[in-house]
Amino acid sequence: MQLALFLIFGALAVAGALNLLLQRHPINSALSLVVVMMSLAVLYWSLGAEFLAAAQVIVYSGAIMVLFVFVIMLLNAGEEEHTNGSRAAYTVGMPGAAAIFCLLSFVFLSERGKLGATEIGGYLNRGLDNISEVSATLFTRQLLPFEVTSVLILVAILGAVAIARKEQ
Amino acid sequence: MVPTAYYLVLAAILFSIGVAAFLIKRNVITIFISIELMLNAVNLTFVAFAHMWNQISGQIFVFFVMVVAAAEAAVGLAIIISIFRTRQTLNVDEIDLMKL
Repeated sequence: MQLALFLIFGALAVAGALNLLLQRHPINSALSLVVVMMSLAVLYWSLGAEFLAAAQVIVYSGAIMVLFVFVIMLLNAGEEEHTNGSRAAYTVGMPGAAAIFCLLSFVFLSERGKLGATEIGGYLNRGLDNISEVSATLFTRQLLPFEVTSVLILVAILGAVAIARKEQ
Repeated sequence: MVPTAYYLVLAAILFSIGVAAFLIKRNVITIFISIELMLNAVNLTFVAFAHMWNQISGQIFVFFVMVVAAAEAAVGLAIIISIFRTRQTLNVDEIDLMKL
């Protein structure tokens, strides 16, 4: 059952990513990224990370993608012009991306025995609530990094307002 | 039962597509979107390894990556708006002031 879940949503994620690559209009790319993120949320859930699945839907496919779509519409971004890109991107970049993929897949598949198998909802099976475990770690051992991220968000908000403001 | 390696290979596929989109696309917003795709692929490997080791730290790390990605998206889109306001274009080939 988990294999079917993985195959369906993994294929959906890859299809969304390929659509992102092939579409020429930015709004189509942004909406395909939403598909990728939603299917990744299902995969997180199947790996027993319920809190992250919810956060993925709310933060990524909710807040961040709304920001992207908002900026695309605000700037009235049309289709990309058909330029024949930089030569370096095609001669070095594409084989480089293919090489990254082949290397990673080779390592993962050759070590697949040691990596083991996953069963659905690993944390639930151990009688532990995922959210309580995350929050216990986040608010005890990782309290200082957690507080620092709130300062980071504050700085980012101020920076975004300062950069995007019209010059007087 | 799904081998953990399958999740990692899926993450590798998504990351490579993100790298390819980053290099091919000419629109600065689409390039930014492909960076988000790469971040998501890395998050999937974190969650898969967290599940494999039965450790929560990988999920905590993904949480922090999400926070940083949100901050980065806000600042990056502000920079894109500012670039568009001064140069009236989103094509990266025309934004080449710092090019030698």
